[in-house]
Amino acid sequence: MQVKAPDRAAAEHPVRPDTPDRRSRTPALLRRSRTLQGMAYAAPTAVFVAVFFLLPLLLVGQMSLSDWPLLAGDRGGNAPENYTDATDSTLFWPAVRFTLLYTVLVTVVLLGLALLLALLVQESRPGAGFFRTVYFLPGALGLASASLLFWGLYSPSTGPLSRTLERLGLVDDPVSFLGTPTSALLSTVFLVVWKFAGFYMLILLVGLQRIPHEVYEAARMDGASRGQIFRSITLPLLRPSLALSLLLCVTGSLLAFDQFFVLTKGGPDNSTVTVVQLIYREAFQRLNLGTAAALSIIVLAALLLLNVLQFRGLRHADDS
Amino acid sequence: MRRDTPVLTRALGRTPHYVVAGGLAVIFLFPLLWNTWASFSAQPGTAQESGYGFGNYRTLLDYDAGLWRYLLNSTVVSALTVALTLGVSLLGGYAFARFRFPGKNLLFLLTLAILMVPYATLLIPLYVLLGRLHLQNSLIGLSLVLAMFQLPFATFMMRISFEAVPRELEESALVDGCGTAGALRRVLLPAVRPGLITVGLFAFLAAWNDFIAPLILISDSEKAPLPLAVANLRQQSMGAVDYGATEAGVVVLAVPCLLLFLLLQRHYVRGFMSGALKG
Repeated sequence: MQVKAPDRAAAEHPVRPDTPDRRSRTPALLRRSRTLQGMAYAAPTAVFVAVFFLLPLLLVGQMSLSDWPLLAGDRGGNAPENYTDATDSTLFWPAVRFTLLYTVLVTVVLLGLALLLALLVQESRPGAGFFRTVYFLPGALGLASASLLFWGLYSPSTGPLSRTLERLGLVDDPVSFLGTPTSALLSTVFLVVWKFAGFYMLILLVGLQRIPHEVYEAARMDGASRGQIFRSITLPLLRPSLALSLLLCVTGSLLAFDQFFVLTKGGPDNSTVTVVQLIYREAFQRLNLGTAAALSIIVLAALLLLNVLQFRGLRHADDS
Repeated sequence: MRRDTPVLTRALGRTPHYVVAGGLAVIFLFPLLWNTWASFSAQPGTAQESGYGFGNYRTLLDYDAGLWRYLLNSTVVSALTVALTLGVSLLGGYAFARFRFPGKNLLFLLTLAILMVPYATLLIPLYVLLGRLHLQNSLIGLSLVLAMFQLPFATFMMRISFEAVPRELEESALVDGCGTAGALRRVLLPAVRPGLITVGLFAFLAAWNDFIAPLILISDSEKAPLPLAVANLRQQSMGAVDYGATEAGVVVLAVPCLLLFLLLQRHYVRGFMSGALKG
């Protein structure tokens, strides 16, 4: 928060260069007018933040402490019933476990592949631009569109994957890529990696291109092998970009929804229900907004905690 | 690698690189190409029983409220979201970059804090809130929500765009008797145009593709944007699955995104650079 300096103090100190008032004969008046103009330009942002961000944030807190059926609306406080209902649900802990498993799996595979892609296209070999565009192309699609695409691709009856495997004689019956809990999870991970690898490749590419050439040259002069260069130069200097990717990937995966809603609908046997899907089910299938709000607050708290820990961990690592 | 190796060895050394890069390119392209091909080709249980043609697209035209209706819904939502995002972040970016006023840093931090809060956490109360504002089940309400989710990136992007413009440019306009609004319109607007294009592109892609916000905020199938309509269409006609129409729907959804991305790739990548550098 910025405190407005008293006029005398402002007159004694040179005016900050971002106020073009220095030529003016009535600086105080003009400065006030300039302050008001600044507030006017920021007003739409302030209204948006207040109405569509802060207000809902307060409301979700209140809802989580109230008996709030979807159709009847607010029926007064019932704390902490929504929270106990949410965590007592038989789906809660399986959903938490599944979401964590999915997050670890996606993060490892996705960032590994993205790093490989970034290394493949970083140099200005002929064709590097083409490969960059191709790898990124799936990223331009929406996640829901990509999920619908893979839903057809994975189809046991008309999808090309199952038919190809059959024709090659590798399997006798059509393969159901979404049929078992494990295959449904792996199929979804493959879809997400396909869709987002180019996105993380771009972030890592920015990091790679900021490593000065001289560092590599010096290492090569000293006779370092490619593996040594990668381990002791590329990886450490890429840390900021890797950290950003990690943060985005973990946060995004913990909030997974579209891909499971479209591809698996949480099945088979509720084995692929994520935490955000649980919020949706609670609100719009079990018609209980209060419990859904309590779940939302739990997710928010978990995410904030995770971000704080991740920041601390990164800062700690920076200091060492 | 680049020591005095003979040309032939170097060329051979590159071959595995192209094999890996090319193989991966095939994997990345295959789903897109297959889906496009499949949407035009014959499949049992679809409107395209034999040969190649537009049968699946005709199914899409006639589905429920009709493809044109859903395209219109998606276009309205995307246009409104882009317009709102551009308008709010242009003025906000100007204010944050060039003015001093009480609460400036707090407001900027709060805008960025939108990123810290999960999408789903906000959508449950927004569903109730839009109902109170009589914006439930409305494309305008949906656009307002989508624009809000765009604000952190857009405001950040516009702030650094304005900060990159030399101050002298604006000051000379002010001395010439323009107000700040005149300086913004005549001098600054052209200077921050690349930033606006980047912000607009991101806002369009997000609004066009969003799934969970319309799923929660729009209950009337007449008002569904295209992604929601295509997802609903899958279980049409007594539980039978129409893969062909879904594939056609994916093509209609994907084409504008792919075209815009290919046309504006430079602006897209710039958005990344700024985020990745400052993030």
